[in-house]
Parts: sequence; structure tokens; C-alpha cells
Amino acid sequence: MNILKFFTAGSVDDGKSTLIGRLLYDTDSILADQLEALQSSNRKNDDGSIDLAILTDGLRAEREQGITIDVAYKYFQTEKRKFIIADTPGHIQYTRNMVTGASTANLAIILVDARNGVVEQTIRHSYLVSLLGIKHVVVCINKMDMVNYSEDVYSSIINKYKDLAKQLKLADVNYIPVSALKGDNIVQNSVNMDWYKGESLLHFLEKVDTDNLDKSQLARMPVQWVIRPQTDELHDYRGYAGRVLSGTFKVNDNVTIIPSGATSTIKRIEFFDQFPDAAHAGQSVTIHLNGDVDISRGDTIVNASALTQDTKLIEADLCWMDGRALDTSITYLIQHNSKTTKCKVSEILHKVDINTLEKHDADEFKLNDIGRVIIKTADTLAFDLYDDNRANGSAILVDSRTNLTVGALMFRAAM
Amino acid sequence: MSEYNFDYLDELEAEAIHILREVAGQFEKPALLFSGGKDSITLVRLAEKAFRPGKFPFPLVHIDTGHNFQETIDYRDQMVERIGERLIVGSVQDSINDGKVVEQTGKNASRNSLQTITLLDTIAKYEFDACIGGARRDEEKARAKERIFSVRDEFGQWDPKRQRPELWNIYNGRIHKGENVRIFPISNWTELDVWNYIRREKIELPSIYFSHKRDVITRNGQLMAASPFLNMDNEDIVFNKQVRFRTVGDMSCTAAVESEAVLIDDIISEISASKISERGARLDDKVSEAAMEDRKKGGYF
Repeated sequence: MNILKFFTAGSVDDGKSTLIGRLLYDTDSILADQLEALQSSNRKNDDGSIDLAILTDGLRAEREQGITIDVAYKYFQTEKRKFIIADTPGHIQYTRNMVTGASTANLAIILVDARNGVVEQTIRHSYLVSLLGIKHVVVCINKMDMVNYSEDVYSSIINKYKDLAKQLKLADVNYIPVSALKGDNIVQNSVNMDWYKGESLLHFLEKVDTDNLDKSQLARMPVQWVIRPQTDELHDYRGYAGRVLSGTFKVNDNVTIIPSGATSTIKRIEFFDQFPDAAHAGQSVTIHLNGDVDISRGDTIVNASALTQDTKLIEADLCWMDGRALDTSITYLIQHNSKTTKCKVSEILHKVDINTLEKHDADEFKLNDIGRVIIKTADTLAFDLYDDNRANGSAILVDSRTNLTVGALMFRAAM
Repeated sequence: MSEYNFDYLDELEAEAIHILREVAGQFEKPALLFSGGKDSITLVRLAEKAFRPGKFPFPLVHIDTGHNFQETIDYRDQMVERIGERLIVGSVQDSINDGKVVEQTGKNASRNSLQTITLLDTIAKYEFDACIGGARRDEEKARAKERIFSVRDEFGQWDPKRQRPELWNIYNGRIHKGENVRIFPISNWTELDVWNYIRREKIELPSIYFSHKRDVITRNGQLMAASPFLNMDNEDIVFNKQVRFRTVGDMSCTAAVESEAVLIDDIISEISASKISERGARLDDKVSEAAMEDRKKGGYF
């Protein structure tokens, strides 16, 4: 059994929370006391049934206003998979929360209201999916019950969406007609849409293969911590602890340390009481190297045959996440895996109107703005381009005056 | 997974180890909050995997309400001895003696809420800048929205509307002096995941997690262990039941469930079939719909 992380884009009006509530409800993931709390709540659907959307509204303000403000994480599991849902708000003023939720997802569910079809919000959400490099997309045409389960309505919406998917270069797009409210094609195949021959949403999520598209072969491990017991019997022990971001390291592999450029070979790989021959993407291990190498937190061990980009000038997409606008005259901190260094946003190349996808020249960058910038870093980062290696092609900007995370960066080109 | 076996427990474990090592790398004086419950016991195993054969870069901190199950305290002391790490105890009784908090009165009196003050005082006394805790997002709806690195102001308060965006696997632990960060490495684990992990790793647990005979009373529809810490009166009828505990907290707020589960396998089947969530056995969450959110805003774990 493995884990699928997905996020849902859409607003409450599209039935996003209802869809998640339905997935949880129909997979028996709601427990009796939660259900009891739900039933005793004042919010009900028009027909008196339980409003499943309440399940995902965690904060008092969200329940009061009936909207999602922040990312909520929900968990359920079937015999085939464990699922982690990042439930994100859909309104434009919460774009940064959606970017946050999308950053860890392997798959996106985009909700389209069958009555309205592809609208401005659909374009915005799909743009964010492509920006964040999520390769798998499921477009759920929701509220099919409100359009008499019409195949024509469904077909015309997906034809329109296909143009958008092509424009955004989305790799793997799938379409499912659903009614979250009534439960059509969520867990069970719908009896109301004989014309739909595909799978229900849950069955699709259970079997979608996210490995082949998402994995980079470039072997990278940022060093988080150096283990040095300094006891008598372990006097010379130096283990470099970290999580393999991508690719595979094997014992005897030639490796290079970035940024120093020092080279070595892997002596031993250690994981608690085991000494495996190889360490793979996703694993947290300890690596021992031959010879004397000077390595500390913030350095990255990479395979010597595939080095990272070597530059302090990076072209990147930036999503601004702070109430205080970007100031190109001040120094920010950039955090890239275990490395933090100073940086400046030296130039704004353009801003994107995320509702129309048009690019504009811009002097300022405010909350939720997205566009292309040039970053100048104080130290060299051991980075890859986001499209080549998502795990090593991203970073955050931190404002050292407030310590807040103010920007999300996706590296697009080395300059 | 194609060429190597890396299942969901391996992935959760690797993520938690990564988070623990980030704590070690980013903070000067971190601490691991240890309650004696299964979640913090799991954290200790994860810390062993993150840092052995080195020492933990943090002490264990137990906020002791003084109303513990003796089994938990015995377990704690044996475990600390086995792993050879430092234990700091912050005592609610001391906070009461110092006049910092006042013991609640009445039938539902509990020291659970008093813990917050003792916790904040302990953080201040030792100048901890990060506290690792075993909270999980599946436990409760406010927790479902909390970050893995959750910044608290100098009063220990959580502000759900001003949370930092947390992107990819990058955790921003930068804080001003006086603030601290609560860190939740097993945020993405469910109760069942924790039990499956405990089974896989053959981790020993305090005996109260398993079925045993105990004197109990009924309080607000739940079974509570009869103890001097409950304000019992003539209306409370003590009877003996075969029970176990699903969470381990203060004796005055942790309810027992009827259970015959004596092995971890039994517990896992019981949970898989159960229709009551884990925190359903916690009286402290039942006060209102936003009980946890309010306590977190006040500085709770």
C-alpha cells in the first residue's frame, strides 16, 4: 500500500467540500461521534440531509462564514491506498493557500460546475496546477444532477477544457461526470449516467500510477545534520543525515559535494540498525563517505555524473504570499531544502493575470501575485530546474524583519 | 513502487525523521514533549532512527499533572533509562503550590487545562525555542489545519489566521526571541497508522493500552477510572469492568473503553471496526464545537 496526496481546487459553490465530505462518508471514514456532532449541527441541506461540507470546515470563522480559509488536511484509506487530501480554498484572495496545498500534491482534482462550465476560476485553478507542476489532473464535472445528467453538457465542457489543458501543457488529464451531493460516480458508478463508461472517482484515485511521471533520476541529498557521537568507541564516526530528494545513491558511487565541489565515494549507507546497499528517493538515511571531506548542514550530496545548476542568478516563478508587497531593494532570505542564504529579487520580468493567463509588465508584486522574476543569491544553491526535479527546484522566500514566509519560488532557468 | 519496497509506513516514517532533523538543524534549544502516550512513544522511536548512534539533540519534557496512571510513570522512567536521554519534568502541582494556577472544583474538575500554564512556564524556564509534540491532524478539526511547524507568540498562543504558508518539504522555523515553535512530525499519521507502526516496530507500550480489569464509574456517559483524583460522591457507583484506554492523558479526563483487546493485533482490528473516534474518549474536547481551537489559541499543545 502506498500514499496518494491530492488536492482539490474549487469553491464551496462548486461543491468542493461536499465532494470531499462525500468521499469520506462513502468510504466509511466518518466516525460515529463526528457524525453525531455533524447531525446536531444547525447547517443542513435544503432537503434536510446532512451538509457534508461541514466536515472540512475546521475553524470557527470558516463555519460561521461557510467558506474555507485555510488548507485542511484530511485522511482516509481503502484497501488499496492511503489518501491525504489537501482541501484548499478556491477564492482568488486565498490563492496562496491553494499554492501551499498544491505544493505537496501528486494529483489535482479540479471541480467544474456543470451549469457554468469552464469559467474564470477554472482557468485560474488549472494555471496553478500547471505552475506547481502537478502532472495528474482529474476534472470533475460536478452537479450533473442539476443538468439532468446530460451527456451533451458534459461533452461540451470537456471539449472546452481540452483546449485549456493543451495551452497549459497539462500532461495527464482525466474527466469524470459526478454529483457530489447525490453521490454519482464518487465511490459507486452512477446509475443515472449509463453513457459514462469510465471509472468512479475513488476507483480512479486508487489505481492512478503517480510514479512514472513524478520521479526524477537525479541523485540528490541535502545534508540536514551531521551525526557525531564523539564517544570512545565511535570516535571517528561522521554520518551525514538527510532525506534523499530524488534518484538513488549506491555504496561506492562517486559523489560531489555542493557548493564546495569536493568529491568522494560512498563508504556506507546506514538506516538505524540496517546497512542497505542503496538509498532511494524519499528515504531518510545516514551516508558515510570515504576520506576527509568537510561537510555541514546546508551542503548537498549529489551524484558526480549529474551535477546541479551552478549559478547565483536564477530565473524563477514567484507567488507572493505576504500582505506587505515585494521590495526589490531589500535583502530577503531564501530557504532551499536545508540551505538558507541571502538573496535579492533583482528584477520583475512579468506578472501573470491568473484569470486570463495574460502577461503584463509590473513594478509591484502584492499578496497572491504570480509572475517571473530574477533572483540573485549570496551563496550558490544546489538546485535543479523545477520541471526536471520538483523536489529540488523549489524554495521559499523569508522576510528577515518578520520571519514570515513571503514567497514561493519555482526555478525555471539558470542564468 | 517499482524497484524497491517503500510502503506508506516507510514514507510516513521518512517524513517524520526529516522533520526531526530539521528541528535539530534549525533550533538552538528544542525539546520533545513526552506524555507517556503512544504518540510520544512513537516520536521517541523516530528520534532514535533520526539520530542514533548519536545522542538526541533535545531532552524529553514531561508535563506532569500529578494525576497520572502509575503505569505511565513506571513506563516513562524505564524508557528514559533504556534510551539514556535526559528527562525534564514540569509539575502542575508545583504550579498550584506557587499559586500560578488554581485547582478546579466541582464534579468535572480536571487538571488538563492547568497543564497549559505549566507547559508555558517550563518553556520559559528552560528557554526552549521548539517543542516537538505527537499531535496528529486526524485527531480533531482544528488540528487538521495546523502547520507541521506551528509558530506560537510569546504567550504561547496559536493564531490560526496568521499561519505561515508551509510549502513542499521546506519548514520555516525562524522566530523572534520569546516565540517558540510547536512541531508535529506525525501530523500526517492517523491513529491506525500509529498502531500499525507500533506493531511493525515491536514497540512496547504502557499496559493501560491493553485490556485489563479496573474499577470505573460512569461520568457524562463515559467510563472513568475510579481514582482519588476524580471528585466522586455518593451518586457515583463504582463497578469493575474489562477496559482499556485509547489515549493516555490525565486520569481525570481520559475515558476508558470496554475492550477485550489484549494484543496489538486485537487493538488494530478493534480500531478498524470502531465507530467512535479517539478524541471521542476525551471529555476536554466535548465542551464545545471549537474546544480544541480555543485551547490551542491559549497555548495548549
